[in-house]
Amino acid sequence: MSETLIQVQNLSRLFGHGKGAVAAVNDVSFTIRRGQVISLVGESGSGKTTVARMLLRLLEPTSGRILVEGHDVTSKKNRESHLAYWRKVQAVFQDPYASFNAYFSIHTCLERSLGILEKPLSRDEKMATMRHSLEMVGLNPNETLHKKPFELSGGQRQRVMIARALMVKPSFLVADEPTSGIDASTRASVLNTLLDINKKLGMTIMFITHDLGLAYYTSEEILVMSKGKLVEAGLAEQVVMDPQHEYTQRLLADVPRLHSRPTA
Amino acid sequence: MELLTLADVKAYYRTPSGQIVRAVDGVTLSINEGEVLGIAGESGCGKTTLAQVLALNMQPPLYLAGGEVLADGVDVQKLPPEVKRREYRGKYISVVPQGAMSALNPSLRIRQFVADLMREHYSDLTKRDALDRAEQRLRALDLPVRVLDAYPHQLSGGMKQRTVIAISTLLDPKVLICDEPTSALDVSSQRSVLELLRWLMKEKIIRSCVFVTHELPLLYQIADRVAVMYAGRIAEVGGAEEIIFRPQHPYSTALVGAVLVPEKGMKERRVEGIPGAPPDLRTPPTGCRFAARCRFVDEQCKADPVERTSGTRQVWCWKPGASA
Repeated sequence: MSETLIQVQNLSRLFGHGKGAVAAVNDVSFTIRRGQVISLVGESGSGKTTVARMLLRLLEPTSGRILVEGHDVTSKKNRESHLAYWRKVQAVFQDPYASFNAYFSIHTCLERSLGILEKPLSRDEKMATMRHSLEMVGLNPNETLHKKPFELSGGQRQRVMIARALMVKPSFLVADEPTSGIDASTRASVLNTLLDINKKLGMTIMFITHDLGLAYYTSEEILVMSKGKLVEAGLAEQVVMDPQHEYTQRLLADVPRLHSRPTA
Repeated sequence: MELLTLADVKAYYRTPSGQIVRAVDGVTLSINEGEVLGIAGESGCGKTTLAQVLALNMQPPLYLAGGEVLADGVDVQKLPPEVKRREYRGKYISVVPQGAMSALNPSLRIRQFVADLMREHYSDLTKRDALDRAEQRLRALDLPVRVLDAYPHQLSGGMKQRTVIAISTLLDPKVLICDEPTSALDVSSQRSVLELLRWLMKEKIIRSCVFVTHELPLLYQIADRVAVMYAGRIAEVGGAEEIIFRPQHPYSTALVGAVLVPEKGMKERRVEGIPGAPPDLRTPPTGCRFAARCRFVDEQCKADPVERTSGTRQVWCWKPGASA
């Protein structure tokens, strides 16, 4: 077994105050090993995105801890520690259309993301980094860098998002619904890109999704959330083929499939 | 019986710079009573434009450049716009638009929206009667009547979508056109939307349904027939079972191959997407439109593929059923 990268301990997050407070995430604990691909699955409103946002340090937990390589990151709240964190943990978000500033070229968008690096890069180094990560995701830098986001298709934009995340060589990538905004025909290629990167660089990836098909295809382990709580966790094979919790069973029953059809 | 027939329909967009986008370029298709027709394809293949044509809702810059749209045997393009709007749209054909999230007026209670809609079509109907009918329908659909008093933002995504479907079918249309009705919903809400549509069909509130989506597993759950669209044309049309398990056109094969479902065998193989993107419909390629992305392409494919019919299935390909 490889070493533990992320440990989430009793994580909770409340929204609102007093009686009206809603526990979006309620006492969630799990661990992620280095190099693993894992999925967090749940319906809308189950709290999966809230977990993702806390993992990305975009949201403070109400209680609980997140340990990265054994260090508690939730106790450090200054800008420096956030920047240091984002050098290790990066994100790919759902909507490739909203993830870029429409006024800037891809070159500018990517260059700005390099600003969080500890040691400023020279112009040439920046260029080399950008070209390298675009090539990693299967895009031609010469054809991509000068373009504006609107000139790219949804799948290409999502690839640029992945390239952007890769530039700082993070050890952990959180992909929040990375393919729900793009076509079924492109979905597999984007996922394969991520899986190849996982194999090549050993980068740990967490998919946040409501799509059990995606989770099953990509992940070693699946965590299932419902109403802010973790209800089931296990190997993908077990969770999908032999779900224990009633909620997981229902979720699986709702997934449209190819080999069973309702008799109406 | 054919409820809606398209004969060699060409629906183009005129861009501000005078170019023509051939979004639907010669589609012949009929929708029969009692069936759910699925339309599959990638973004940019003309699915939504086809839905607009079927919905008799062509507004500039979209125009009909050729062909006929027959609703109940009547060439609707020849009817005065006012008649088309009052007598056909809503009553004969109704639409569940893409992104039903924004189909409701955010500043009106659903109640007001429903009353406006009903009275537009039946001018002698009182507001009370209109709302009574709406209440009855909501009860029949197992939706809480309180949604009538809500503003759209007070409803969840799934609830909003079901409410939109309920409103779209208030006038008992013969044909319901659903354009990506489930794309923003999670699986449980997707399922309830499908169940609602199935129920509407069973109770004969709607007589047929057109379901546009790029999710093949969803289509398989609901459609009787599937038409696969590519670059403004139909690549293949046939029974849902045939298209999904025995696709003949290489494009359908590739689409089916890209499907991700939590089923046995999914993890062991590598699911491949379709490389490349659909062609620019301002300058569609000559010959087979899928040729540039097709694995089986050769000289023959430079010419327009001819239709091959076997049973209920039609394929437009020079090499139907080709495999590596």
